[in-house]
Amino acid sequence: MIPASFDYVAPTSVAEALTALAEAGDDAKVLAGGQSLLPILRMRLNAPEKVVDLGRIEELRGVREDGDHLVIGAMTTYADALASAAVSEHAAVLHAALKEVADPQIRHRGTVGGALVHADPAGDVGAPALALGTEFVITGSGGERTVAASDFFQDLFETAVAEGELLTAIRIPKHTGWGGHYEKFVRVAHQWSIVAVAATVRVDGGTIAEAAIGLTNMGSTPLRATAVEAALVGASASDEAIREACAAAAEGTDPPSDLNGSADYRRALAPVLTRRAVLAAAGG
Amino acid sequence: MTRITVTVDGTSYSDEVEPRMLLVHYLREVVGKTGTVIGCDTSNCGACTVHLDGRSVKSCNVLAVQADGHEVTTIEGLSQNGELHPMQQAFHECHALQCGYCTPGMIMQAIDVLNDNPDPSEEEIRVGLEGNLCRCTGYHNIVRAVQQVAGQGETSGARS
Ligand SMILES: Cc1cc2nc3c(=O)[nH]c(=O)nc-3n(C[C@H](O)[C@H](O)[C@H](O)COP(=O)(O)OP(=O)(O)OC[C@H]3O[C@@H](n4cnc5c(N)ncnc54)[C@H](O)[C@@H]3O)c2cc1C
Ligand code: FES
Ligand code: FES
Repeated sequence: MIPASFDYVAPTSVAEALTALAEAGDDAKVLAGGQSLLPILRMRLNAPEKVVDLGRIEELRGVREDGDHLVIGAMTTYADALASAAVSEHAAVLHAALKEVADPQIRHRGTVGGALVHADPAGDVGAPALALGTEFVITGSGGERTVAASDFFQDLFETAVAEGELLTAIRIPKHTGWGGHYEKFVRVAHQWSIVAVAATVRVDGGTIAEAAIGLTNMGSTPLRATAVEAALVGASASDEAIREACAAAAEGTDPPSDLNGSADYRRALAPVLTRRAVLAAAGG
Repeated sequence: MTRITVTVDGTSYSDEVEPRMLLVHYLREVVGKTGTVIGCDTSNCGACTVHLDGRSVKSCNVLAVQADGHEVTTIEGLSQNGELHPMQQAFHECHALQCGYCTPGMIMQAIDVLNDNPDPSEEEIRVGLEGNLCRCTGYHNIVRAVQQVAGQGETSGARS
């Protein structure tokens, strides 16, 4: 299967890309790593007239530190983000989640920004980004704006990035000294998450001082398990206390039912996976 | 049509292509590298794996225009002076193929696994090959072949 015909441009700056998008209006599609878009075009689920490839825009690539934030360019591949010592040190839960995305070939091409804008509810990048309180830098013809994680994910495959705009970077408050773990539940290798949990905690003297939990595929967007977070803070980092605090993981969620599992099955998985994720995050 | 210049297995090619052409079709139908095969429509099977600037990619999920100015290595570019690449030799010796359809992609990914980590555990080899499906072998002999090359301490990264 091959895509329908389209015009192709590969700008080398964000400004040029925005101009190309503005010229084409709603018939244009942005191409990042292509690991979701190309399958969609090949299956003819979408047939844009113009494809604007961000692959040659160097300013969108790379990880840098900016005071107490990590800044990850939207076009940074999973593989490059995984290789970044700054990501493993200051955003351990994101590092852990990126290891679980797809397979090595796809991690060489797929980008952190592409995954977040694609916003597949089963995607593995949204939940850790949400848990880390990530800020999303969005650029359009009117300039740049920053959107909080809680406002970024709007619905299935829908984010705050509007037509004609680009996600240019994400800014992650450094979680230095926090443990992080991503517990992904699948039945066969190389599958999308049936449910997954991104847990990051700061343990101080055997007690959980701070905790943030993001859930994958427990609703149409990534969700915070706020009840669990509240129960964890001040609890001892013991198996027993963590088990108790994680019991409420499915509270307030609206998981899908599909061939991989019913909503009830997912609700039953959530506390189990959350306990495993928090235990591992607290131990590391 | 868009003009692209791509180095494939050490030779530079310059061609007019439709932007929608997939890299795998460019390699097979324009350059003639039919050693790289297509096994699925969903980018799941890994049979089409090649190296783009030294890193493995699924060439069915990359546009030819995205490879403009870059370097591609296919299974056909591995042997040198009539001698098999150590990974090809190991697949042969370990009986790591039956029908052989997954083999071009499997070998390219196996080389990437060792480029990334020259001394992987069995588990790391299996995880490193998770994007490559084999319907025949049951994988054990493929893993053995990769272990054999790793044991020789030769990852041959420079050759791919
Ligand atoms: C076989 C297979 C298995 C996979 N398994 C997993 C998995 O287990 N977990 C997982 O999380 N993902 C998985 N994926 C998806 C993969 O992670 C994709 O790479 C990712 O979802 C999209 O990133 P991309 O850079 O490839 O974006 P693209 O595919 O290029 O783009 C995706 C969408 O985002 C838009 N877009 C991209 N970047 C920007 C930007 N900067 N600004 C504005 N719009 C933008 C595009 O227009 C498009 O609509 C899998 C994919 C395949 C093919
Ligand atoms: S043909 Fe490319 S992954 Fe199957
Ligand atoms: S040898 Fe037949 S698919 Fe692998």
